[in-house]
Amino acid sequence: MAQYNHSVSLDADRCKGCTNCLKRCPTEAIRIRDGKARINPVRCIDCGVCISVCPHNAKKAVSDKFADISRFKYKIALPPPSLYGQFDNLDDVDYILQGLLDIGFDDVYEVARAAEVVSGFTRLYIRRKGLPKPIISSACPVIVRLISLRFPYLCENVLPLLPPVEIAAARARQRALATHPELKPEDIGVIFISPCPAKVSYVKNSALFGHETNIDACISLSEIYFELLGTMRASKTPLPLSRSGMIGIGWATAGGEATAIFNDRYLAADGIENVFRVLEAIENGDFPNLEFVELNACPGGCVGGAMTVENPYIAQARLQTLKRYLPVSQNWDFRENDDENNIPKEYFVTSGVEYSPVSALAQDRAEAMRIMAEIQSIHETLPELDCGSCGAPTCYCFAEDIVKGEANAEECIVHMRERLQKLLDNQNETK
Amino acid sequence: MGETLHFHYDVDGGNFTSAGDASVHVKRKLRQLGFPPETIKRVSIAMYEGEINMVIHAGGGTADVFVSPESVKIVLADKGPGIEDISLAMKEGYSTAPENVRSLGFGAGMGLPNMKRYTDSMDIESELGVGTTITMTVNL
Repeated sequence: MAQYNHSVSLDADRCKGCTNCLKRCPTEAIRIRDGKARINPVRCIDCGVCISVCPHNAKKAVSDKFADISRFKYKIALPPPSLYGQFDNLDDVDYILQGLLDIGFDDVYEVARAAEVVSGFTRLYIRRKGLPKPIISSACPVIVRLISLRFPYLCENVLPLLPPVEIAAARARQRALATHPELKPEDIGVIFISPCPAKVSYVKNSALFGHETNIDACISLSEIYFELLGTMRASKTPLPLSRSGMIGIGWATAGGEATAIFNDRYLAADGIENVFRVLEAIENGDFPNLEFVELNACPGGCVGGAMTVENPYIAQARLQTLKRYLPVSQNWDFRENDDENNIPKEYFVTSGVEYSPVSALAQDRAEAMRIMAEIQSIHETLPELDCGSCGAPTCYCFAEDIVKGEANAEECIVHMRERLQKLLDNQNETK
Repeated sequence: MGETLHFHYDVDGGNFTSAGDASVHVKRKLRQLGFPPETIKRVSIAMYEGEINMVIHAGGGTADVFVSPESVKIVLADKGPGIEDISLAMKEGYSTAPENVRSLGFGAGMGLPNMKRYTDSMDIESELGVGTTITMTVNL
């Protein structure tokens, strides 16, 4: 597997080496070594849980800075619908889009519009015969990566359509080239305003997601939020820019994509721990009658992303108000009775999700079994407190680390205390 | 036979929320050991069905899994009511699961047939009022 380029990183000066991220990392990718958290890049899925739980703000999501994008002559913003839920007392999306133009973007293309296109094509696609069901949404890159690392049987269930952000990027670029023939391709910067580090990683690693990206840079939603605040307060009547409907805006919250399938045999789960349980159950063949599964790593959906500002449930409530009087969809030019086999090729990824396991102990099965036997025998001697003081999230992980030569059995703090007690007892006896 | 790994689980009776935990655990172990995905799928489905059966019909039991480089053996033992007619129980669609269990989506009468389908050998020892022991093997 090619090197995966991550967007979650550590600010070592701020890290106190506490166990908050260690214990919550869903893929056991973190260890505390020499008093600092260390992220194993092979296991990390960029879900951003560690960013949310770090009490010292030592975990950062890496993205491009707003100041950096001046290098492009013509800048196009791709705002996600989750951005719309961040502002209080907002009754029209146009204020945000106008705000983006006011802070220096030359054009805006809403990701929500492309989401409505993806919803439409998904409705057609799931009518195809012989597909492995349920179809699993490919919109959340954490889920796609998680499946490729851990769920070999579900790789072919992943929806092979491009994610909305990519379709938005392609359409925005085409529009720029058509309306501004004087622009050279390299003059155009298509800039996604990302609610989470995972989508930033997706852009950096798009080849691993089966296609080339049209996005040139990603700025964190929270940075843009603060840029927008000042401008929007002073704003006059905005231009009528928004072309999103209820469906597109609904994608920002858990269940929004699934309900847009217009089929009641769907499941929508959010929060990475719930997602794990659902994937395990699907892999066991537990949901025979489902057509579609929407999974979001973040609680509440994209509004729960680590680069958002507002509490996800408040954002969700605001989005309900915003979309209340909107048309269902404003971006679906095809008819529902179109042929499911006539979906244009450019809406598909060029290659599907490939299984690339990370957890194998050794190449050779007999060797892997010998290692596991050793891990088990060490694990039996450990206190099973899973306290994390040794720097591993559980006693079992600690045993694994010892066998891999990455940790020393002496580091178990409970054993250390027992040894100390014995030493003291011996001293008392000899007195 | 070379080295064998042994995993032991107590399967809690009547607790549907944890039903299936042992098979998920075994699946993870087999993945770590580098077993082919097809084998892992067969083992986890067969074991999952058996685990659920013990929860529904027998008030729980034990699951022991023996892993060697060539095969995976699953032994599920319970002290439940026993199976009255094994060949009838092996029929697809036949079920004695109570209504409350069916309402949870279980009890479709596919448990034992699926276990047989996904394994290379399956042996059922059952005595009424004493319990049931099912031994399944999946070869590589």
